[in-house]
Amino acid sequence: MIAIIDYGVGNLFSLKSSLAYVGADACVTGDSEKIKTADKIILPGVGAFGDAVKKLKDARLDEVIVSEAKKGKPIMGICLGMQILFDKSFEYGEYSGLGLIKGEIRPISDVIGENLKVPHIGWNSLKFTDKKSKIFKYINDGDFVYFVHSYYASNCVESVIANAEYGANLTAAVQCGNVYGCQFHPEKSGNTGLNILRAFCEKGE
Amino acid sequence: MITKRIIPCLDVRDGRVVKGVNFEGLSDVSSPVELAKFYSDNGADELVFYDITASVEGRALFTDILKKVAETIFIPLTVGGGINTVDDFDRVLKCGADKVSVNSGALKNPNLIYEAAKKYGNQCVVISADVKREDGKFTVYAKGGREKTDLEAVSWIKKCVDMGAGEVVLNSIDTDGVKGGFDLEMLDAVCNAVNVPVIASGGAGKKEDFVELFTKIPKADAGLAASIFHFKEVEIPDLKRTLKENGILVRI
Repeated sequence: MIAIIDYGVGNLFSLKSSLAYVGADACVTGDSEKIKTADKIILPGVGAFGDAVKKLKDARLDEVIVSEAKKGKPIMGICLGMQILFDKSFEYGEYSGLGLIKGEIRPISDVIGENLKVPHIGWNSLKFTDKKSKIFKYINDGDFVYFVHSYYASNCVESVIANAEYGANLTAAVQCGNVYGCQFHPEKSGNTGLNILRAFCEKGE
Repeated sequence: MITKRIIPCLDVRDGRVVKGVNFEGLSDVSSPVELAKFYSDNGADELVFYDITASVEGRALFTDILKKVAETIFIPLTVGGGINTVDDFDRVLKCGADKVSVNSGALKNPNLIYEAAKKYGNQCVVISADVKREDGKFTVYAKGGREKTDLEAVSWIKKCVDMGAGEVVLNSIDTDGVKGGFDLEMLDAVCNAVNVPVIASGGAGKKEDFVELFTKIPKADAGLAASIFHFKEVEIPDLKRTLKENGILVRI
């Protein structure tokens, strides 16, 4: 069973539907016992970093996620959920994340140049790095996925498995052992996104 | 780099797609669910759903259909029509919408944009404006183009973006339905005034109109149309091939 963590941020409807579509047994839950018994965890998230981390902590789910990750359980963060897995963020202040991936979250406006719009919204292609990841086993370098974000993960070159070109190479996906993250929305990225979720949800490992 | 988006728009009333639809290969051409799935499977980058239902029962039916559509497609979904309060945002977001488009509701109460953006994020709030030339000025119309306002369009749209709208749908009443191409002059004025994505609407009649749009207005992010897609006058995979041949980046 895949636990989609519900901590009061974002719309989990599409994520739940897309997991059902790829045949994964998933439940939306904020119950730490259920999260502990799940085979895998997905941490979604939309909104502001500080607020989301606070909600996660208020529900005491931060400790559960960190301890399950350290036991080796596969975890995937999506969009803000990915950012929360990092050490810290500079979105409207400075906030600590869960520290499962080394690096920090910074405004894309720092690197993309003045001509480009913020947020980075729309379909962009993935550029794989040399690091191979099992979540990309059913997709190809150059496939398109859907992004909506104004902040990006920086100083994390050792974890980056794909970038997206938007005035700069923005971190699109990361993997650090059993911890995965997608800056884009696989649940909104058509077949490519579904194939990423399919690969993550597959039994084994 | 980011691609230009092609967005079919479905007007839904009492649970059915209205405006002409002329499809082969679908068992029920007026079913929003089947049509949405068809577009999603055939290269649409995003879908827009407009609720043009008048009655409360119709609205409940729309929500029901919206849920089914959201379950079926895995591309972004924008919903508009009858959005007047933050509760209306909540209602459609809970059914699986990713973005919510406001028009008359924002004209009545501009603060709606600020409140919704604060609650759901700028990326969720789309300002849709129906604009017509009046004495050489771009003038905003309310109620689906039926009612003239005193607002000048570029400053109105800029104000909406300042209040938190993360995307603009610019519908030119002057070119709408004429099929002579998008309103490049109007789009140019709006694209130069704001730094959020602008979706061009109104006037597309053939593939070349999209080529012209993205070539002449490189700041435009997307092209939206309804009947030309419903009637298969323009098919999205073919349109995208043409755009690509013209050096425009699209998702294929």
